[in-house]
Amino acid sequence: MTTTVHDRAPGDTSTSAEAQAAGAASVLVYTIGLLLAVVLTATSFWVANTSLLWVPGVPLGLAVLAIAQIGVHLVFFLHVTTGPDNTNNVLALAFGVLIVALVIAGSLWIMANLNENMMSSTELMNLQMQH
Amino acid sequence: MNVAVAVHDVEREALISATEAGPAPKRIVVAYGFWIFILSDMVMFSALFAGYAVLVHATAGGQTGPELFHQVGVAVETACLLASSYSCGLMSLAISARRRLATYFFAVVTFMLGAAFLAFEIREFVSMIAIGASPQRSAFLSAFFTLVGCHGLHVTVGLIWLIVMMAQVAIKGFRAAVQRRLLCFSLFWHALDIIWVGLFTVVYLMGVSQ
Repeated sequence: MTTTVHDRAPGDTSTSAEAQAAGAASVLVYTIGLLLAVVLTATSFWVANTSLLWVPGVPLGLAVLAIAQIGVHLVFFLHVTTGPDNTNNVLALAFGVLIVALVIAGSLWIMANLNENMMSSTELMNLQMQH
Repeated sequence: MNVAVAVHDVEREALISATEAGPAPKRIVVAYGFWIFILSDMVMFSALFAGYAVLVHATAGGQTGPELFHQVGVAVETACLLASSYSCGLMSLAISARRRLATYFFAVVTFMLGAAFLAFEIREFVSMIAIGASPQRSAFLSAFFTLVGCHGLHVTVGLIWLIVMMAQVAIKGFRAAVQRRLLCFSLFWHALDIIWVGLFTVVYLMGVSQ
């Protein structure tokens, strides 16, 4: 049993000695990732174009498919795992995801509020015209 | 009591072995630093995504997304980028096996697919500007060109980087520094594909379905 002292470099499959032993297995990992990504992408394009689905649910479905595909890319292409040698990589990723979520959700929330509560520019123009 | 002592011993053992190993190898430090750069790049893109999502309906009476976007072109671009990400993965396997010819082959495939993606994107931009849908037409188009153009700029930088790396492999061979840079390049290239997943979903597919 080998103990991992250091974390694995992000993007590395494993230590170089292991990688040379498991060349074919690594190709298989990338190929599985490619196939999953192709399936998810094709589903996304189908979901966006079909008339079979409930229309208001389409954006949510697309978002779920995109997040799933990002997960596939992270696991199969960037080799981010939950293993003990990946803790630092996963923690950095988690922090990145937190900031991304805050920026996107926060911006949308604030701008939606502003649009709702502030007078539109045409109304402002009408006010000025009344003088 | 005995159990508590045992657990304490295990923790101490783990701590000692981590200290004895000394600082992490340079490959791990460099790749981790680049990983943090990529995440900060993602944060920058998230701001552009948020800007686009806020401005998507501010068309100022001009063309809207469904009028401008062609899904077939987007599907071809997506296929190119996904395939180039795959061949980049195979290239990093060839690098770790130190097979020079396979490295060059997959680098060429990666480059051609990336260049094809860029060519399709530039053609799309040119055809949009030709019908008056330029960045200065509306806030929606400004946000669109900023977001998609920024990703295209990253792909351009990646292509130049790939050429430089192949020159380094040819001249310097697979020495440690070159391998570290190649690892960073593959991280960068896979990250670009991740951003493209968000991009084609939010910009093109959600734009067309609404």
